[in-house]
Amino acid sequence: MTPPPPIGLLAELTHRCPLRCPYCSNPLDLVRGSDELSAAEWTRLFHEAAELGVLQVHLSGGEPAARRDLPEIVAGAHAAGLYTNLITSGVTLDEAGVRELARAGLDHVQLSVQDSEHTSADRIGGLPGGHVRKMAFAAAVAALDLALTLNAVVHKQNLDRLDEMIALALRLGADRLEIAHVQYHGWALANRDALLPSRAQLDAATALVARVREELRGRLVIDYVIPDYHAVRPKPCMGGWGQQVIVVTPRGRALPCHAAESLPGLTFENVRHSGLRAIWYESASFNRYRGTDWMQPPCRDCENAERDWGGCRCQAHALTGDAAATDPVCDLSPRHALVQAAVVRADASARAFVYRQFGNAPATVDA
Amino acid sequence: MVPRLARGMRLTEDRTRGRLVIQAPERLFVPDETAVHVLQLIDGARTLDQVIDELAQRFAAPRGEIATDVQEMLADLMERRVVVA
Repeated sequence: MTPPPPIGLLAELTHRCPLRCPYCSNPLDLVRGSDELSAAEWTRLFHEAAELGVLQVHLSGGEPAARRDLPEIVAGAHAAGLYTNLITSGVTLDEAGVRELARAGLDHVQLSVQDSEHTSADRIGGLPGGHVRKMAFAAAVAALDLALTLNAVVHKQNLDRLDEMIALALRLGADRLEIAHVQYHGWALANRDALLPSRAQLDAATALVARVREELRGRLVIDYVIPDYHAVRPKPCMGGWGQQVIVVTPRGRALPCHAAESLPGLTFENVRHSGLRAIWYESASFNRYRGTDWMQPPCRDCENAERDWGGCRCQAHALTGDAAATDPVCDLSPRHALVQAAVVRADASARAFVYRQFGNAPATVDA
Repeated sequence: MVPRLARGMRLTEDRTRGRLVIQAPERLFVPDETAVHVLQLIDGARTLDQVIDELAQRFAAPRGEIATDVQEMLADLMERRVVVA
């Protein structure tokens, strides 16, 4: 069966970032600046992507604005006809910088916040003064009438202030609030004990969202998904392996999922040497876990197989050691107890953060 | 009332899949044929009445019927913040 054409391109422009968030989804092995794709290479790739059927590009990182040529990259995506979404920490762009991006054709800004108030936010993000700079950035976005989504990354050290984060989204004039529970890959997995919320915390947050969503209907769109470790069914990671999204790393590797480099036995094509169409339809890596043929029981023959695609391959590998296993988040998985044990262990833990920075990766991650 | 697409929303042609889509922050709306007619007239200049007039004329349909359909559709799109007025 021919796979559908991709809809989205997640462009990881750089791994450089002034923040040091302990839940960063980047791999522990960060890429240095000198290996990054050039603006011209990105622009060529955007045209290939549009030709292939991609509609939206998500400019991410690291911090995409750590690149001085970001306006050129945005202009390249816009010229290719893509809807351009900037995923930013907002700490490096001033008003003139935002204006330049808007002029280059930027459609939407997604600004992350680490908490509702600066003391805790700066401690979590690991950058003194960061939160205040984010607030100034949000004001600059609002002044230009650019569409703004606030992305509140939540976990056990800030989830109890979710009501304040919702109020912050309204105060900043955001159109949309994404309440993003940390996903436990990369640095976040190394910090899981310090981040994973308790069931009681989660239930309070979920009830709050249900109530507020109703009150704010038509004013603020709220996206909220129950986090993996407290769910009974896994999420369709990336909408399914090789079903919707292509991730391209700072040095040009094309991945079906941003954590895919953590999987053993897979080699990934580089967009410097291979065409995106060939990568999407023909590469061994994009076909490895595509569809349902690779599945084992209980996924094989499960009625949800084409709904959640067996969950996340990287999570299955990190937790069970088998990348083709059912994501243990699923309560039909024989290894589901692993996830429950992780919740119990995190509840009892008072571990400090391992901050994300070059050279700071722990030697082993105890999953 | 002068309806328009909310900021961040873009009505674009999806050539690969042969359809029109509304591009929205990290999502995509695929309007049906009727909605496409309405969305193409919502430009921030025409009033709601003018949009209804134009559709009633184009489809030679009773204005009341068109008005009901358009208002229902817009209410839904405004609730999802795709359209503002």
